[in-house]
Amino acid sequence: MGYPYLPLTPPERREMLSAIGVDSIADLFADIPQEISLKTDLNLPPALSESELVRHVQELADRNISLADYTSFLGAGVYQHLIPSAVPHLANRAEFVTAYTPYQAEISQGVLQATFEYQTLICQLTDMDVANASLYDGATALAEAALMSIAITGGNQVITFESLHPDYRAVVETYLQAVDAELVVAPTKQGLADIDALRPLLGKATAAVLLQQPNFFGLLEPAEEISALLEDTPTLFVACVNPISLGVLKPPGAYGADIVVGDGQPLGNPPAFGGPSFGFMAVKEKHVRRMPGRIVGQTQDQDGNRGFVLTLQTREQHIRRHRATSNICTNAAHSTVMGTVYLALLGKEGLREVANQCAQKAHFTQDQICRLPGWEMLFPGPFYHEFAVKPPVHWSKVNEALLGEGIIGGVPLAKVYPERKEWENALLFCVTEARTADEIEHLLQVLKEVK
Amino acid sequence: MKIPADLRYAESHEWVRVEDDGVVVGVTDFAQDEMGDIVFAELPTIGAEYEKGEGMAVIESVKAVSDIYAPIGGKVVAINESLNDSPELVNDDCYGEGWLVKLAPSNSEELNTLLSAAEYGTQLESEA
Amino acid sequence: MSPRKEFPLLMERGAPGRRAYLLPDLDVPAQPLKDLIPGEYLREEPAPIPELSELEVARHFVGLSRRNHGVDVGFYPLGSCTMKYNPKVNEDLASLAGFANLHPYQPEETVQGALQLMYELEQHLCEIAGLHRATLTPAAGAHGELTGLMLIKAYHHSLGQDERDEIIIPDAAHGTNPASAAMCGYKVVEVPSNERGGVSVKDLERLVGPKTAGLMLTNPNTLGLFDEEILAITDMVRAAGGLLYYDGANANAILGKCRPGDMGFDIVHFNLHKTFSTPHGGGGPGSGPIAVRDMLVPFLPTPVVEKREDRRASYFLDYDRPSAIGKIKGFYGNFLVMVRAYAYIRTMGPEGLRQASEDAVLSANYLMERLREFYHLPYPRICMHEFVLSASRQKALGVAAQDVAKRLLDYGIHAPTVYFPLIVEEALMIEPTETEPKAVLDEFIDIMAAIAKEAEESPEQLKTAPHYTVVGRLDETRAARHPVLRWRGAVEGDTTRDGR
Repeated sequence: MGYPYLPLTPPERREMLSAIGVDSIADLFADIPQEISLKTDLNLPPALSESELVRHVQELADRNISLADYTSFLGAGVYQHLIPSAVPHLANRAEFVTAYTPYQAEISQGVLQATFEYQTLICQLTDMDVANASLYDGATALAEAALMSIAITGGNQVITFESLHPDYRAVVETYLQAVDAELVVAPTKQGLADIDALRPLLGKATAAVLLQQPNFFGLLEPAEEISALLEDTPTLFVACVNPISLGVLKPPGAYGADIVVGDGQPLGNPPAFGGPSFGFMAVKEKHVRRMPGRIVGQTQDQDGNRGFVLTLQTREQHIRRHRATSNICTNAAHSTVMGTVYLALLGKEGLREVANQCAQKAHFTQDQICRLPGWEMLFPGPFYHEFAVKPPVHWSKVNEALLGEGIIGGVPLAKVYPERKEWENALLFCVTEARTADEIEHLLQVLKEVK
Repeated sequence: MKIPADLRYAESHEWVRVEDDGVVVGVTDFAQDEMGDIVFAELPTIGAEYEKGEGMAVIESVKAVSDIYAPIGGKVVAINESLNDSPELVNDDCYGEGWLVKLAPSNSEELNTLLSAAEYGTQLESEA
Repeated sequence: MSPRKEFPLLMERGAPGRRAYLLPDLDVPAQPLKDLIPGEYLREEPAPIPELSELEVARHFVGLSRRNHGVDVGFYPLGSCTMKYNPKVNEDLASLAGFANLHPYQPEETVQGALQLMYELEQHLCEIAGLHRATLTPAAGAHGELTGLMLIKAYHHSLGQDERDEIIIPDAAHGTNPASAAMCGYKVVEVPSNERGGVSVKDLERLVGPKTAGLMLTNPNTLGLFDEEILAITDMVRAAGGLLYYDGANANAILGKCRPGDMGFDIVHFNLHKTFSTPHGGGGPGSGPIAVRDMLVPFLPTPVVEKREDRRASYFLDYDRPSAIGKIKGFYGNFLVMVRAYAYIRTMGPEGLRQASEDAVLSANYLMERLREFYHLPYPRICMHEFVLSASRQKALGVAAQDVAKRLLDYGIHAPTVYFPLIVEEALMIEPTETEPKAVLDEFIDIMAAIAKEAEESPEQLKTAPHYTVVGRLDETRAARHPVLRWRGAVEGDTTRDGR
């Protein structure tokens, strides 16, 4: 019986065994103690041919309703944007997909240069000095930023606000617990960071303040005021941003962020049930040696030809071991290639337009929803492309009615903030450039009639 | 390997030169050669205090990291800022422009515990 | 060969105003942006992203791809990385709209197929590991390590044994092991290897005790050797009250042959991007699920996929886990990587997985046996899926492992892992995997032999290698001394080329 990915033939196996000087395969596994050597097959389903596999897995996929089938107004960390056809065509070139970390630079110039370009693009978007080659996702990037701040300042406390994505908060909390550092969650006022509540919490032990911009509710935070408050203190200001929003929103470098992180999924990566995406991180130059993860740098060969290599590697686990800036090894390189191709295709004007259309469509939809009887905003502040609204009936009725009409409604706050009873009956809607006026009209029709 | 006769040495391959306003510390020719091309020196902050044998600086080559230990106890009074832009000075001139740190000794007696050039030379021979 | 030619950066291409992708016209009434969002939140200038046509973008990235080696391009015997073939059909399956186009916050009833796939993959991985439950959330091996160590910490804490603050790690271990332990607040205690390349049991005996939280071990280890004393090792740590963590980086050697759970391990991570054929993507994304023994199940991170045994089986994400360590990544892990690994396991079946491991071990031993004539073999015994040579003979001629590695590139072969593990001088760590035809292995042997000969006859040829790649040997010292980590504009870009 043969297997598609196993090329050795029985005569070749015999020939190889004889070259090794053993009689059987069993001789090669003789170091495994008899008492743990498996005597029977693993209890797994039998092998499938390619066509059987496709039928089976397609069946599983068909048990899902995808965003290609239904119209979605979900956001909250994962966003449906238009993805140019050229993104998968170019990023999925086998030479990118089937390579690993570019340890041998001279035959890895493709991935290395693409990463150098990616680092440049992230710096351009965020208005920061240096970016790394990627982390797993936005939530873990924020956790790494918190750990990095602790390493830089020596503090053991990190402050964030209730308006940070609750999943991100949970991940940061788990990471900090492991090193006996504390995450303090400051309250919000009308869905925004409460600066008066922040002030007394700040102290010598405060390594960083983490702020999401726009925040979980889509609201625009008073980033400049918080930055000003931290100026002249050792506390670092960490901004967690949506890269698409930076097409129109002020870059964190312009409001004094020390570390900028975020999730790169909106840049040309599909929603993918939440992963993979990529986490990006950009910092001020002076912090580069504390940064986790791979970094690509420019150099030259003996003839002066430009080339790219992994650099500043002494920060990393394979050299510094237990004193490394992080344990990260495998990152999210291919997802960053998707992001780089996406940005290259969109260009300066395209990115601005995507960001603008998101804002336009979200504000139009919000305005129309709030004209419906009984619908009102949960919070009054300015927002970008997401907004939380309170329906006149229970949220579950709204989403049920929508689902019946082929629309996936907003994220119920009851699910992500179960402890906040006053936010219980609210839905977080996201509207991107991928939604059409017809789809928005359909949404409004259903909302109008829901009882 | 150059081992200037007028310096004192620590077993961990640092050298010490006594000057009027403190003692200058660097790494030996042997150490810089072992480390290879040096790309970065992480130096202490001025005012920091170290005990003899405590790690006070880190020197990095492309793929290795080496701790530099205080050969005697003391307070940092100066660091070699030019290493920020030119870490290669440690390779090119380890006993001169490639110095690392200047310490104000907390106990000058400790200088007597260091090796002479001849003693350090013997140590290198026995390590080889 | 043709003269080497610089390949322009994206930022050096295009022209102002050029577009590659057009959006549909805005179909809701347009407002001045400042009327929607107060000006203080808006950026003054658009981000200076390059402006190219679609063809320019296509040529750029196709051009870059041609400057890159991958498994589909040629042999890739990078030790410890399991660069096996990445099946194409799995790429198709991962891009099905029913998977790629799912939002993590969709109602559960609309993602039953995805949850079922995760549930079944978890079951399969537990069977392969010989353990009880798993979390699929970790995004990579190192992330699995961190998660596993958090479980160890939570477990000891639940027993009131917070004084267990040491993790024992062999000196031959991957750097991620000590780095993960440190990220979890543990002290790292290093245990040396013995002369046969295994853990020194004598030293381990001295190091375990009431402070021991656990031991992290790769078996086969980074020398590619199966530790014959594995049961003594796991017994010793368990008797001292410690837990056992299995770094599954080398699990490609043991599929269907033996199981970490049976060896005595309590936590196992698998690298889906190594053992289960999902692509490495130029460095990621991967996936690093961990399987655990029953007493650790309550601590698994949230959420866990569970199955309701009601009339019609349905799957759900369980967040109601009071003892859980918390969340370790956004959402549920790298789902599309899971789809590929699931497809691989279903394609191979139990016999196919065992055959894969047998062929991987056979190929490694074949290479080792044939290559030991030309290179020093520091641990001359049967290896598993990989082995470590030393270029010490060549070093005596002035040729380093790095030079051998660079010369291989001239032959269109990716170099082995070099200078690792740290306990072998001038190490060359070679892992052929099971997916290479014998002819490729034979060609590799011939090339390695030719390089050994060159080391004797024309060492300069090696020291100046590579000669036929798109750039010559790159100056890593320069890159680290004077870091240029982004493009900064034409003028400055030019000056960096002449040395800042």
